[in-house]
Amino acid sequence: MSDTKTVVLVGVGGQGILLVSKVLSELLVQNGYDVKMSEVHGMAQRGGSVSTQIRFGEKVSSPFMGSGGADILLGFEKMETYRFLPYLKNVGTVIYADATIPSAPIFSGKKAYPQGLDAEIEKTGRSLRVPVTEWGAEIGGANYQNTVLLGVLTKVLGIGYDQTEAVLLAIIKERFHEKNKKALSKGYEFAKRQ
Amino acid sequence: MAKALLSGNEACARGAYEAGVQVACGYPGTPSTEILESLAQYREIDSEWSINEKVALEIIFGSAFAGLRSLATMKNVGLNVAADPLFSGAYLGVEGGCVIISADDPGLHSSQTEQDNRYYALHAKVPLFEPSDSQETKEMMKTAFEVSEQYKIPVLFRMTTRVCHSKGLVELGERVEKTPTVYHRDLTRFVATPARCRVHHGELEQKLKALEEWSNETGLNFIEMGDPKIGVITSGIAYQHAKEAFGSRASFLKLGFTHPLPSRKILDFSRKVEKIYVIEENDPFIENHVKALGIPVIGKERLPLCGELNSEMIASRLLGENVSGREITEEKALPRPPVLCSGCPHRGVFYELSQLKDTVITGDIGCYTLGSAEPLNAMDTVLCMGAGISAAIGFERAFKKIGRTSRVIGVIGDSTFFHSGITGLADAVFNRSQITVCILDNRSTAMTGHQNNHGTGLRLSGKPATEIEIRDIVKALGVEHFYEINPNDLAGLKALLKETAALEGPVVILAQWPCALLKELPPQDRSKYDLPQSRYTVQEDKCKKCKKCLTLGCPSISFIHGVGSRIDESTCKGCSLCYQVCPFHAIQKRGDRNV
Repeated sequence: MSDTKTVVLVGVGGQGILLVSKVLSELLVQNGYDVKMSEVHGMAQRGGSVSTQIRFGEKVSSPFMGSGGADILLGFEKMETYRFLPYLKNVGTVIYADATIPSAPIFSGKKAYPQGLDAEIEKTGRSLRVPVTEWGAEIGGANYQNTVLLGVLTKVLGIGYDQTEAVLLAIIKERFHEKNKKALSKGYEFAKRQ
Repeated sequence: MAKALLSGNEACARGAYEAGVQVACGYPGTPSTEILESLAQYREIDSEWSINEKVALEIIFGSAFAGLRSLATMKNVGLNVAADPLFSGAYLGVEGGCVIISADDPGLHSSQTEQDNRYYALHAKVPLFEPSDSQETKEMMKTAFEVSEQYKIPVLFRMTTRVCHSKGLVELGERVEKTPTVYHRDLTRFVATPARCRVHHGELEQKLKALEEWSNETGLNFIEMGDPKIGVITSGIAYQHAKEAFGSRASFLKLGFTHPLPSRKILDFSRKVEKIYVIEENDPFIENHVKALGIPVIGKERLPLCGELNSEMIASRLLGENVSGREITEEKALPRPPVLCSGCPHRGVFYELSQLKDTVITGDIGCYTLGSAEPLNAMDTVLCMGAGISAAIGFERAFKKIGRTSRVIGVIGDSTFFHSGITGLADAVFNRSQITVCILDNRSTAMTGHQNNHGTGLRLSGKPATEIEIRDIVKALGVEHFYEINPNDLAGLKALLKETAALEGPVVILAQWPCALLKELPPQDRSKYDLPQSRYTVQEDKCKKCKKCLTLGCPSISFIHGVGSRIDESTCKGCSLCYQVCPFHAIQKRGDRNV
């Protein structure tokens, strides 16, 4: 098989997964890779599960992989991270936020949010839990969790902070620049310490 | 030349732009919607939404008869709606290039069928293009216009979800303007009468013969030799997956032009390789043709007819290479289905419909299809665009025939009403159907990402449109019992549904309120709707944990055992439905304590 690497991003509609996918794809293009990015639209905005895949290497064929194909699984929500564990390679890494968002069976009172997900995710052997919920207002709240994860991911992939910041700021509105810079560096520094 | 990371849809628009397309239209539908939206950025092109796919296709036939390069975009099921002009248009032929995009949806990410629209090319006798990624899409679009003009025939351009919604690097080119030919009336060409169409049919068969020759010669159908032990014949996204799975361990015949298929090239390839796999998503379109040529191949006996392909599946089923993913347990990964959003104006109507006894509710296609989901469960059927009204007529006639007295209520959205609901309602008036039709007008084509429609007063280009009022249409059709209501008024809805139950002839209830996700209201709506500014909150001491508010299925409300209901104020839109249903006045506007 090829040298192509696969990052799978998962979460819930509205968590800003598409923005992170866009920034990462752009960064990889700037760094000379062939890149393909696959996203599923449609009903995702209505609170459904969302996933995108970014594949990069010298020459990429498929825009997405099936089970066991991800080098990195980036989870924006805990239950979604767990749901996508089958996509992870045996030697793959999980980076995930501690955020929990109830789905229909939960907010309609029929089921409780599942317990013990952290332990299940840790069983993969290579996982990094990013405490974005614990950080709360420190990172600017739930709206900036995606930027924190972008910081962690780019550090893990060996992409420079300045380059990441430049690409991110070029995409978002100026009045959000300061908060995003703060969230990005928080994620980047967190990954450095791991 | 500059490169850009473009989705298949953006690349499709870029290709059409570079090809000098002048008129473009379509109807929104996932995964096709962004093609026309992306075309709208190019001011050289006249791009506008049409009322439905049939109208879109007829418009571009008109402009292609007139000699201009023209494009129509639609999703898989949209082509069913547009099938009528497709077939006769193929007979008549075109002067300017005429390209019809069908965005198919293997895996049914957001469609009601998984239909393989390549058969439309076979059935309507038109050429068929199948790109496999963004770069190919852009280049192939230019060739599609050239072929259409050279052979004076409309062409079908088939994309699939993973081509439409995957991004890849695309080399950008310049736009080449095409000077249209001058239109003159020619009665032998564009008038579809039986006598002329007998001649046209013969000419069409000749065109297809010539096109098969072209298919054998074109670089869009190419051979890539690797290991000759395995030969793979493939097209579209399946080519990319097959390349991923086999790499250089196989030789490929990659088909980009799949009707008419290049029989000579296929035979030539079959002699170069030992064992042949045909790899394609959904139906055995290529496989059947190859088998008919007398070539033994392996295809659908190993690969699925249903769902999408991926490289792991191909490697596992054809090479016996199994990648085992980690196992998870279902109780730890609870379902996360799409739901009506917080503040959705459809919720109130479905809540009141869910309270009705002995009622059949026929739904339609749009966000409001989600009224069928837990906990509202307020829908019996969803068939296709427009059937929210016409299927209701059918239920009512069936019930009348057998003496059943259940009430029948049809539900349809604004864009869907314009698309194909008007004709059904006319039929209900004409045949005096005893049905109630709820038109849920949220001032947008919301499900596909908030496109303007014929009721919003704005066009795709942002230019003002003549707003068509649904109430005017309903009245003009002769509906005697017409009511308008704010869908967030539960008591009003309940009373209205009750008082209209026994009325003779069709009843129409127009429930208008803007989609809660709309960033900006159409100009004429800004003074019309007093959008709620306050948010709601649960007073813990008053909550009796009865869970009544949970029956609304609002994602902003959750229930904590031992504590009671909670409202997430960061996502609450202030629609007040929970406030209206709470029997203990435990839900109040923030700041309005002790009301």
